Formats: sequence, structure tokens, C-alpha cells
Amino acid sequence: MNAVPDCAVTADRATAPTAPTAPTARTERGQREVFCGLTGIVWLHRKIQDAFFLVVGSRTCAHLIQSAAGVMIFAEPRFATAILDERDLAGLADANAELDRAVARLLERRPDIRLLFLVGSCPSEVIKLDLARAATRLSVIHSPTVRVRHYSGSGIETTFTQGEDACLASLVPSLPVEDTDAASLLVVGALPDVVEDQFDRVLAAMGIGPVRFLPPRRSTELPPVGPNTRFLLAQPFLADTARALAARGARHLPATFPFGAEGTTEWLRAAAREWRVSPERFEAVTAPARARATRALARYRAQLEGKRVFFMPDSQLEVPLARVLSRELGMELVEVGTPFLHRQHLAAELERLPPGTAIVEGQDVERQLDRVRAARPDVTVCGLGLANPLEAEGLTTKWSIELVFTPIHGYEQAGDLAELFARPLVRRVRLAV
Amino acid sequence: MQLTVWTYEGPPHVGAMRIAAAMEGVHYVLHAPQGDTYADLLFTMIERRASRPPVTYTTFQARDLGTDTAELFKTSARDAYARFEPEALLVGASCTAELIQDDPGGLALALDLPVPVVPLELPAYQKKENWGAAETLYQLVRALAGPTIPRFAPPPGETQRAVRGARPRCNLLGPTSLGFRHRDDVQEVRRLLEAIGVEVAVTAPLGARPADLARLGEADFNVVLYPEIAGLAAQWLQRSFRQPYTKTVPIGVGATRDFLREVATLAGLDPEAAVRAGESRLPWYSRSVDSTYLTGKRVFVFGDATHAIAAARVATEELGFQLVGLGTYSREQARDVREVAKRHGLDALIADDYLEVEDAIARAHPELVLGTQMERHVAKRLGIPCAVISAPVHVQDFPARYSPQMGFEGANVLFDTWVHPLMMGLEEHLLGMFREDFEFHDSAAPSHLGHGARVAVEAPRHDAAIAHAPAPAATVAWEPEAELELRKIPFFVRAKARRNTESYAVAQGIASISVGTLYDAKAHFGR
Ligand code: SF4
Repeated sequence: MNAVPDCAVTADRATAPTAPTAPTARTERGQREVFCGLTGIVWLHRKIQDAFFLVVGSRTCAHLIQSAAGVMIFAEPRFATAILDERDLAGLADANAELDRAVARLLERRPDIRLLFLVGSCPSEVIKLDLARAATRLSVIHSPTVRVRHYSGSGIETTFTQGEDACLASLVPSLPVEDTDAASLLVVGALPDVVEDQFDRVLAAMGIGPVRFLPPRRSTELPPVGPNTRFLLAQPFLADTARALAARGARHLPATFPFGAEGTTEWLRAAAREWRVSPERFEAVTAPARARATRALARYRAQLEGKRVFFMPDSQLEVPLARVLSRELGMELVEVGTPFLHRQHLAAELERLPPGTAIVEGQDVERQLDRVRAARPDVTVCGLGLANPLEAEGLTTKWSIELVFTPIHGYEQAGDLAELFARPLVRRVRLAV
Repeated sequence: MQLTVWTYEGPPHVGAMRIAAAMEGVHYVLHAPQGDTYADLLFTMIERRASRPPVTYTTFQARDLGTDTAELFKTSARDAYARFEPEALLVGASCTAELIQDDPGGLALALDLPVPVVPLELPAYQKKENWGAAETLYQLVRALAGPTIPRFAPPPGETQRAVRGARPRCNLLGPTSLGFRHRDDVQEVRRLLEAIGVEVAVTAPLGARPADLARLGEADFNVVLYPEIAGLAAQWLQRSFRQPYTKTVPIGVGATRDFLREVATLAGLDPEAAVRAGESRLPWYSRSVDSTYLTGKRVFVFGDATHAIAAARVATEELGFQLVGLGTYSREQARDVREVAKRHGLDALIADDYLEVEDAIARAHPELVLGTQMERHVAKRLGIPCAVISAPVHVQDFPARYSPQMGFEGANVLFDTWVHPLMMGLEEHLLGMFREDFEFHDSAAPSHLGHGARVAVEAPRHDAAIAHAPAPAATVAWEPEAELELRKIPFFVRAKARRNTESYAVAQGIASISVGTLYDAKAHFGR
């Protein structure tokens, strides 16, 4: 692997027909060191301001959500766990009645709530507690003030960011029908408000629109969808949501994901092409921001160029981020682990990775750590359970969860994205003890 | 089904992890789905542990259910043994695996590993973290402590030492990973014991290896630092090895002295000489005149049973506070807490719902809250000073400096950390005297805590919280002058003054409160 894109193609490689031209992806099975889909609640509950997430699960589930964010969010959180106990396990009829009571109590305390998600967990799924029926039943009881939806965030079904996918997919059937003939654009995936506003401005400047976002900031503003809807995925982990939108007639605009200058440009270009925006206009609108992003990245390129990075599987953001690190910051990809590789949605990403990039889908954490120790990368991107132990072994790490909780999409955040990778390295250089 | 936002305790398998992670040479194979691996970060991030906790998770998925989850467990256990070569293996299930009933204990025993395998049955839908820790320590001790009839069984009435003819020896039981200041408590108590001539044979689980547990029976008695965790094991050791164990937890000066007397008696040493083993600055600091302002400060205490009970004693006997609330989330030790509360004329609050605790705090109008990280947030919201005395732990509860809760040094730490958040004596008087000073607004923080320690946003929340408190008589009206006069009373006692005046007015059949009524009520209640 070489990080310099225009490096000399050796005669050897040019003539050898077996030379790797696409990244090699292999699957690994073993212990997975990843969060479950419940974790998505930590950001989703702040994004949709009138929604509440009620996990139906165990004390473990409650403890996970409280621990995952690292700190407790004490601005009255819009989530809670209905903890199953022995009595609920004894008879299912009882559990349903208990759930109805818990929901009634909750809605009484939070009259501002308009949308309630019942979130399934491993225990609720193993005992086959039917949350679909519960959601229908509770929707009737609490209509019209509160809509009740359900999805699974369980660890036996979902990994980390897949919780957001399941949540958004559960909303798709309740999106209103788009009844105009004009095309509209839907941007899919929870984005920080500031990023949403930036995309909104750029798209509007090109005359693309109307532009809507899923999830919306308020559940009363659910975007309409129909055969004239085109959608861009803002996140690489939204397979089920994309499928559900396609089932409603919407059409996906395939592109790279909007990370880094290149990824953002190609993502915007996918919409521009659909709206037949002239190349001149596209250039005029995007050039200033793109130039800013390139300048911001250049500052960090000096620090990151030639450095070797190893991604442990975590958020499914790994492949697009690896693309930015390799193409725009000159980093070398030792291994790109990802919990799940959606080859179709990632097609534009995969073709931009250096030939032969080692992509590993799934995880066997012990073997993967063996490889990290053998390769001694300059930066290892990993979860919170692994970061300090690796640091203690003298390896520099970047906590992956920060990549999910920090605005890193789009032109204006390209520098921030690079800085997240540069900071641990800078810190290591600064510290003299 | 219980509706929960924040929990004081994790599930019982997290308690088991705290034991495994505290020890050396132990590995825990946990039948659990992938999301349960979050528990690793408690150790690596909160405690800043430099290595992964010794836990292997099977991380079964939906597609494994009903087919080969048992096989997956066996493979995981076998691989974990081969990779980590532990000296003892703990095996068990988390909440989800409990439902699929694969019997990790039976499966692991069938593997015929060359080390002791200790199966754990931790009912996840009934029990919680501390119970899980206690049960795990008990099962490990039972499995590893050797034959239940000690090889050198002393005749009844004589200690092991008499048989062995050496210095008295004890074990220190209870400190775990993720414990509230356990690391420093062990050091402090060890120092105390050495000072009176008692040897520490084994400290467990913190830092112990399975082979150390095999030596537990050799000590004369056990020192139980945290009854929630070591109580069960200590009782079993008493039955099996005739080892008595200590009942006093040495938190605070008085309790530390009692503890030294108790230890000396168990060790056959002179109790009064033992008490002279050390000194704390707390008694003198508390008697120093600047501390008179602490007298009768209303304090609300909530935490695990051990720390709550200890805090109640220190607060009342050693700082001269008044206890206005006492509670715990440790249901297993509820009885002990109830007894202490009754001695202070209170009903103990036994709750693991932080909203219930928040309500109780708001109703009690304390001037200081001694609680957990949850109460710290509640107190912040209510605008009340707070110090943290108990788990659940936060990264801040692992200070870089030496900061025990136990022993004489621990008492120094308690004095500093509990008094620090309060308004200093004269400052409080000035605030009371010159209400009109524009800088003495309601959200003014104690000056030594720096500007903005209490942000303006919190002032309305404070009032709102007070408004929640049941008004004894909504029918009583305040005359405008009386209302103005009330505002001259410092905010941290204003709600109490309002309440007292209103109930006084109701009792006296006064419909409209005047300035006179306000001062009549003041005279009536005194301070
Ligand atoms: S993995 Fe399953 S049991 Fe564990 S926290 Fe997630 S949903 Fe709950």
C-alpha cells in the first residue's frame, strides 16, 4: 500500500494480471467488542426534540445507555428503560399490562412528548415480547397526541449505529405521502443541526429542493415521501432505512459519503446531477467551501502524512473515514475493520481506497489486537474499552465514539475531522512525562 | 417492570467483573451478547485501568439462538483458557443468556480444564451489582479457600496465633475494582493495622491471586471493609474456619477508634493502646471556633449502606450537623440503615429511583447533600452544596492524590471535602446582614469556589424546586411588605422560613402574613 496516489506503478504490478485492483475484504468471527444498537439513543434523543425512547429491557440495557455516553446527560433525558423483572418473565400478559402502565406514567410526566419509540432489547426479543403489537395498542390508547413506534436496538440484532438505522426505518411507513409532481430531496441520517443548516444552504444555492431531513428535528415535521423523492444517505449505516424508502418509491442517489472535501463534493454532485445543475453553477457554489476544506486539511496533512492507521470495527464509518485519511491526508491504511460492509452503499468509497487495502468485516477482538500489536500503527481507532489498554502499551489511539458524537460531515468540518486524528499524535509529542 | 433513567447499580454480572478485575490470575467467561461488552469501559475509562478487564464475552447473535450458543460458549471458554492461562476460571451468564439457559457452569466443567472452574448463578432479573460482587467473592472463596476444616484447627477459645505462636494476623476483605476509594482505603487500613502490630495476611479480592484465597484460613480473623461485598464471604469463613470478623467500618474518627478497639480485642492486644495508633486533625478542626458555623447545618445523606451509615455518624457526631434525611439504594442492608435513621428520628429512604431521592431532598431542604454522583446532579439542580461519599463512581472519584475515606487520614479527607462546598462562616453572616448589596444576589457562590460556580440559570430552577415542595397552606396570603422582608433572608434558608411562617400562620389561624407574623414565626421556631 502506498498513500501517494500517483506513485509510480511498477512494471511488475502493471504486468501482473493478479495484481490487486480492489480492496480485499474478508470476514472474521469471534468476540465482538462493540456496542449494541441501543447506543444510538444517546444522540437520537437529542436530535428529535419531542420524541422519547423507552427501552424495554434489563438492568444491563439501562446501565449500557448510562455508561455509553461516558457522562450522564442530566438535562432531563428523553429516554428511559422499562426494566423487566421476574414477574414480567413469569407471564407475558402481565408484561404487556405493566408496559402500558409504564407508558401511561411516562406520558403523564412528559406531556410534551409526541412520538414514543418502544425500543426492543435482547431480553425482550428472547422472551418474544411483541413490541409491534404493543406499539399499535398504545398508539390507539394515546392517539392523537402521541404516536408510538417500535424498533429493535438489541445486541443480538444490531451493532451500534445500526440502532439509528432501525429507528429511522421504523419511521418510514409513517412518513406522509408526497403529493406534488416536483422532485424533492431527502437527506437521510441524523446530522448535527449546524451541519444540516450548511447542507441546506449549499443545496439551496444550487436551486436543489425542496430539501428535507430524516430524522426531522420535531416529529410533527415528518418529511413526505413518494416516487418523486430522491434521497442522499448522509451516513453509511442506513441499509434498512434506504430499503424502506425505496419501498415507498423514493430513489437513492448513490455517492461517496460527505466526509472530507472530495467526499462532500461527490455527494453534493450526485444531487446536482439529478437536478441538472450546470457544472459552472456547481463549481461557483461549492468552490469557496471546497477551497476552505482543502486549506484546513492541508494543515493536518503535514502532521498525518505517512502515518499508519488501524481501524477496529465500530460505527461503520470506518470505510469512508479511511478514504479521507488515505486520499486527503496521505495516511497509510494498515487495516480497516468494520462491523458490517454494505458493498452497494459503499461502492464509491471502496473504489477510492488504495488497491489491496485490508478490509475486515466482523470481528475477533483477540486476533485483531494481535495484529495491532504486531503492526504497531501510529494511530489505532478503537472503542472506549480498548483505548486506554492500548495507550498503556505505548500505542496511540483515537476513540471511535467521538467520531459519532462530533460534527465531522461536510466541507466546514473537514478540518475538525482531520484534527481528531492529529490530536492524539500531537499530544503524545507534547508530553514529556 | 420498573421505569428507570439512571441506575445506582449495574447488573449483577458487573459485580462479578469487579471481583475478577480486582484479582490477578482470574478470568471470567461471560455468556452475553455483544452490547454487554460496554462494561469494559467502566474499568478502562472510569477507573483508567491500563489493561482490559479479564473478561471474555461469547457475543452470541440472533442467528446463533437455538442452534449453537452452547457450542459457542464452550469454544469461547476453551479459547480464553488457552490464551490467558488463568489460575481460576469464573463462568456465568448475563441477563440475556440467563433466558436461553445454556448452563455455562455445566458446559465449562465438561471441558475438563486443569484449573478450578467456578460457576456463577447471578439472577439478573432480581439482583444487582453489589449482590453480584458479594456472591462472586463468596463462591470464589468457597471454591478456593481449601478444606473447610483448617489443618491447624485451634482448640475452641484459642486463636490460630496461639497455635502458630506469632504476631496476630488478619485478612482484609472487600476492596474491589471500581470501588469508591477502595484503593486508598486498603493502604490506610493496612497502615493502621501494622501500627498496632497486626499483620495483614491476604487482601482480597483487590490484588489477590487464587492461590492467596487458599491461604485465607491461616489468619486469626477477618477485617471486613465493605460489608455489602465481603459480608457473605466473611460469614462463611467464620463458619468454616472459626475466624471472627470485624463489624465496625472505620470511616470517621469515632468509628476508626472503635474499629481499632475491636481489632485489638480480636487480636488479643490492648485496646486502649491501639486507639493511640494514630490521630486525625478532624477533632481539633471541628472544635476550632471558625467551625461553629457548621453547627446544626441540615444535611441529607444518601449512598450505599456502608457509606451512608458512616456519613450519618461523622456528620452528626464529628461535624455537629443535623441529619435531615438518610437513605440508601442497598436494599440488602436496608434494615441497618433504618435503625440508624430511627435513632435520628427519621424514616430511612430505601430507594433506587433517583427521582424519589430527588423529591425527598427537595422536601427536606438540606443545606448540604452527602450523596452519590446522582445526588451531586440533583443538588446542583436544586442549588444545594454537595459532596460525594459513595459509589456509583465517576472518573472524578479516582483522584490522582491519596484520598482514603477510612482511618484517621480518611477523616481528614472527609472534613475537607464536606466542609469545602459550604459558605464560610463570616461570609454567611455578611450575606445575611447586607441583603441589599448588589453582589450578594441569590446565585452568588461561596467566594472561594470562584465566579460562576453557581450559574444564574440555576436560580430559577432552585425556586421551581422549592415550589414543588408541598405548600402547607396555599390559602395563606403574604402581604407585600412581608414578601419583601422574606427576600432579605438568604436564599438557602428562605424556603424554610417561608414554610415555617406559613405553617405557623395556619396554626394560629392567620389568613394574611405580615412582617410581624414573619418574626413571630421566627421567634416560635428558633433555629
Ligand atoms: S446487548 Fe442486549 S442485553 Fe446488552 S445492553 Fe444491548 S440490548 Fe441490552
